[in-house]
Amino acid sequence: MSSIIQTDAAPTQIFPEDAEVLKGRSLWDDARNRLLNNKAAVTAMIVLGAIVLLVIFGPLLSPFSYDYPDWDNIYEPPSVGDAHYFGTDSIGRDLFVRTLYGGRVSLMVGVVATIVSLLIGVAYGATAGYLGGRVDNIMMRIVDVLYTVPFMFFVILLMVVFGRHLILIFVAIGAINWLDMARIVRGQTLSLKHREFIEAAEAGGVSTPNIIRRHIVPNLLGVVIVYITLTIPQVILIESFLSFLGLGVQEPLTSWGALVNEGAEDMETAPWSLIFPAVFLAATLFCFNFIGDGLRDALDPKDR
Amino acid sequence: MSEPLLKVSDLQVHFDIPNTSRMFAPKQTLKAVDGVSFELNPGETLGIVGESGCGKSTLARAILQLVKPTGGDVQLNGQSLLGLNKQQMREARRQIQVIFQDPLAALNPRMTLLQIIGEPLTVYEKHLSAEQRRARVMKMMERVGLSPNMINRYPHEFSGGQCQRIGIARALILEPKLVICDEPVSALDVSIRAQIVNLLMELQKDMGLALIFIAHDLHIVRHISQRVMVMYLGKAVEIGESEALYLSPKHPYTQALISSVPSMDPDASRANQAILEGDLPSPLNPPSGCAFRTRCKLAQPHCAETAPVLVAHENEGETRLVACHEV
Repeated sequence: MSSIIQTDAAPTQIFPEDAEVLKGRSLWDDARNRLLNNKAAVTAMIVLGAIVLLVIFGPLLSPFSYDYPDWDNIYEPPSVGDAHYFGTDSIGRDLFVRTLYGGRVSLMVGVVATIVSLLIGVAYGATAGYLGGRVDNIMMRIVDVLYTVPFMFFVILLMVVFGRHLILIFVAIGAINWLDMARIVRGQTLSLKHREFIEAAEAGGVSTPNIIRRHIVPNLLGVVIVYITLTIPQVILIESFLSFLGLGVQEPLTSWGALVNEGAEDMETAPWSLIFPAVFLAATLFCFNFIGDGLRDALDPKDR
Repeated sequence: MSEPLLKVSDLQVHFDIPNTSRMFAPKQTLKAVDGVSFELNPGETLGIVGESGCGKSTLARAILQLVKPTGGDVQLNGQSLLGLNKQQMREARRQIQVIFQDPLAALNPRMTLLQIIGEPLTVYEKHLSAEQRRARVMKMMERVGLSPNMINRYPHEFSGGQCQRIGIARALILEPKLVICDEPVSALDVSIRAQIVNLLMELQKDMGLALIFIAHDLHIVRHISQRVMVMYLGKAVEIGESEALYLSPKHPYTQALISSVPSMDPDASRANQAILEGDLPSPLNPPSGCAFRTRCKLAQPHCAETAPVLVAHENEGETRLVACHEV
């Protein structure tokens, strides 16, 4: 009757003392392999890497500075001979250097504002989701209220009160974007919270901050990383939009959005002043989106 | 008789369920565990059996304080676990560990075995250096039949049986007094079950553990436990010594459960099998009186009036607690 049970257990294994410790293959290793097999994502990473290097070191290749007006060469088409590789704008400033400086601003806004929204959003969302109940309710209602603040109104108000400043753009965009991040992270946390390994940790006496840090956040990272790569281009676009409206960076400093704005005005007479910044902007956005897609497939192969 | 290790008295876990049928309807109460009492001695194994949804796992979670009991008391070594502050609760948890049903879900997929098995040590034995912790983890792995050279591997690289060994290693590394096994073998291959159960029994003998062993599989419960508690709709209906309870079940529900186990003997008569008909009634709206009367072959009109309580029946030196009007 109980023959299943009376089977002896496997003979006690003897493990050699000096056995070599085997290396584990973590989920991250798996994901990296899958990502590196994704041609679109790898190409996007290479192109994006090239753009970043060019934006950082490119201005060294040109004798001009981003705010120097070359009065002899106003509306000069692109030429290699006099070192205006991308041509010049309406007051003779070199577009090659301006495009790269604009890239610095755009990428910096994208990365810094995303990091701001990441830090606030993950901490806020994970806490609300894990604690649940009334705390969760209050925290998420605050988010709902903040959602109702009109973004443009908020930005214009900031500019009026504090004047135009680059840091204000980080603050404004970060302050809006963390709301989305908090919601995504909270949703994920809710689904993680009732997994048995969380209960095991609770039963094992692990404190709440440690459970959030050690068990919740690492399991959220996949989703968060994907969301980051999709947020950066979004933030760059918001900044471009603000610059287009004249609320962005202050002249003579520039950004891709501001350059596209100026270029659009001179589109018929000097098309190069629109084409070059627009190509850089579009290429960067494409790259981020391809990398985001690749990461999503790599980190969550079941979702494909 | 020595002091019981764990004393559960009249434990109740009720959940308020919002009634969605109409607005502002009064809340319904789901009595997942309704007045369960038992004692467990050091080194003893208590099996808990019952259908799905009868409150076995909720009982386990209430003992662990993972859900707050709404009534009754849980005492460990004479000290109540209810109303402890965080620090005291943490100390108490050191004594009670848990092994879960789904071995892979119970392990954090982003952590290595060293981190998973060593985590309780980081909470309770902070004085250990990383090197000492690693040595303890390796020793524990060897003890549960895992090769210590796999210490840097991740859970998804192991089979179900190995994952359950990891879960056991994590539960036992602090040398607790009581381990609650919530259907530890239900998700495993039949061939692996015996290995895991025998491992648990071996470790129990070595470390003097008390076990609460929850299962559907009556064979395994009979094999591992000294005493068995049968639950139905959140209540204990019969508690007795394991062998005696199997040979002469008294409560009609226990009889039905035991006769539902497929027999290895093809010639055995199926004539006097007590077949359980129908489903478990909704715990939101249990039958009046005896909860089992709707499916009971002995049911009488008076069963609908009063709920039976556990009554001791002495028989050949064995004490059996049965909750039935007709026994």
